Amino acid sequence: MAIDALAAPATPAVPPARRRRGGVRGNENLAGWLFVAPVVLILGLFLLLPILMAFWVSLTGWNGQGSPFTGDVPVVGADNYTRLFTEEGLARRDFMTSVRNNLYYVAIVVPAQTALALGLALVVNNRMLKGKAFFRSAFYFPSVTSSVAISVVFLFLFANSGAVNGLLALVGIDGPQWFADARGVLHILLGTVGVDQPPAALTGGGPFGLTWWDWLSGPSVAMVSIITLVVWTTSGTFMLMYLAALQNVPAALDEASTLDGASRWQRFRYVTLPLLKPTTFLVVTLGLIGTWQVFDQVYVMSQGDPAKTTLTPAYLSYRTAFRDFDYGSGAAISFVLFLIIIAMTLLQRWVMRDRDAGRRPWWRRRVPGRS
Amino acid sequence: MAVLSGPRPTRDTQTTGRPGGPRGLVTTFLGYATLIFFGLVFLYPFVIQLGNSFKSEPDAAANPLSPVPDPVDLTSFERIFEGTAFPLWMGNSLLVTVLVTAGRVFFDSLAGYALARLRFRGRAGLFAAVIAVMAVPGVVLLIPKFLVLNQLGMYDSYAALIVPLLADAAGVFIMKQFFESIPVSVEEAARIDGAGVFRTFWSVVLPMAKPALITLTILSFQGSWNEFPHSLVAVQDPDLFTLPRGLADLVSGSLGSGTQYPLKLGAALLATIPVAIIFVVFQRYFVRDANDGADKG
Repeated sequence: MAIDALAAPATPAVPPARRRRGGVRGNENLAGWLFVAPVVLILGLFLLLPILMAFWVSLTGWNGQGSPFTGDVPVVGADNYTRLFTEEGLARRDFMTSVRNNLYYVAIVVPAQTALALGLALVVNNRMLKGKAFFRSAFYFPSVTSSVAISVVFLFLFANSGAVNGLLALVGIDGPQWFADARGVLHILLGTVGVDQPPAALTGGGPFGLTWWDWLSGPSVAMVSIITLVVWTTSGTFMLMYLAALQNVPAALDEASTLDGASRWQRFRYVTLPLLKPTTFLVVTLGLIGTWQVFDQVYVMSQGDPAKTTLTPAYLSYRTAFRDFDYGSGAAISFVLFLIIIAMTLLQRWVMRDRDAGRRPWWRRRVPGRS
Repeated sequence: MAVLSGPRPTRDTQTTGRPGGPRGLVTTFLGYATLIFFGLVFLYPFVIQLGNSFKSEPDAAANPLSPVPDPVDLTSFERIFEGTAFPLWMGNSLLVTVLVTAGRVFFDSLAGYALARLRFRGRAGLFAAVIAVMAVPGVVLLIPKFLVLNQLGMYDSYAALIVPLLADAAGVFIMKQFFESIPVSVEEAARIDGAGVFRTFWSVVLPMAKPALITLTILSFQGSWNEFPHSLVAVQDPDLFTLPRGLADLVSGSLGSGTQYPLKLGAALLATIPVAIIFVVFQRYFVRDANDGADKG
């Protein structure tokens, strides 16, 4: 601009130049917004606006008739939320049952899929083996297929006279009726050592309207089959993430530790695993976010049955809204689930960071990932 | 990941056993054993599915583990096409998938290009919003989406199935990352030659983004072909069911009475085939996507 002005001090030359420059910038400004307009419109209309509308609905008792945004709809304030936590009743009982089920589900699926993904990645990354590309694809294939179609297959595998029970029979185990058995696995285990009746201390009461005995049931047999399915479908994706990270581990590091006399386990434990920490963080976080959203499998395989032991908050929110037409409660459950997912992510972030900082004193701390 | 910026070793340099020697042999054997075991665990369910969908019902109930139908029975497929609305679901799925994929590829690349290259007011804020939107858990949006579709009068229509899926934040992110890797000099040359912004984008930059476009196409195809929860809250008219919705209905709904496993497995098999073909042909694009995800960590 300044150079233009110096080069052409004559007054008439300056305004067109300025206009043209402004034009280009203005052009880019307009083009930029035109380019992003469709995406902004769609995401805004179907992601942002819905959240605001749903929050409003969660404060009402809308039953699906007419519009929730007219004066006819009863505004109930925080009632939908308090019924989930503080008021005695079916709403709280169902919600807490779903939370319990999902807690067991998360506690098993996340560690299992992470460990399996890491294990598979280590095997597939082995230089000595041939045909790894094939196995890599084989392990990943279930991840790209339809969750509904896969659920149909697993329903068949876990049928009473299905393939899983057939395999169990080969080793002499009489398999359960997977989708009819509402017993929790912890209760079953206690039953094998003779504890069939809960001790009185555990039935007297517990947090949020469920007895301690209910809370400590473990996942039900039906839930175990859903857990198996999900671990099976997701570990392939996470394996690929680990594989990408493993292939970036400098070979020199491994060789140096071998020369120092480290055993294979020591190399894995003190060289490879620390270098994989960012990936583990990602895998566990994605796992936590994903497991709290389990929906498709529950919808297709069990619809929350037997005895509500496969009910999860995501499915409960759907059912409350679209089957019981209590949209207010359904939306409230969605929002609580939203908060749980955010809380889990933050918690996981905090745990990882805390451990990292706590392990060695600050003056000996190194830049993570660089050694 | 700081490791990424360091000198890269050649791939596959992990050593888990010395070549030769008894230890190496044992490692190799254990490695193959693990591979084959897990290969079976991950593929055998599909084998069972394939085998059982060609069985008669009593045969499927009696020998669920066997992959070989005895005798081969095609009644399940006849009933899929004649006794169910499978062809209709298939048509709906095709229509939705083609339109959603086309829309996503076009809109996401437009937005990705703008966020990567065009200087406009609010760009940084917009990009932050796209990242934030990626983090919104999908299941939480079931009721909200229904509310908006209902409010806009779109509920129970093809538009409800298609329009909300026409753009996705992850796709915008992929395209933006890719466009940033293309040298600016290419565009400058086009600009000097007098091309406008759209022309530069359409005939110069977009053709260079082929790998990213293929990735996005495949991901969108796979995603919208398999999409289930959205169709659950967008429509209720059976004429608008897509394959996953129809399949779920087949399993848990009206036809769910009785076992009819060959029929259900066959329908699930037919629904899986298009994605399986895409997967086999374009494997490396699926893998690339997952690697990109890891690099973000």
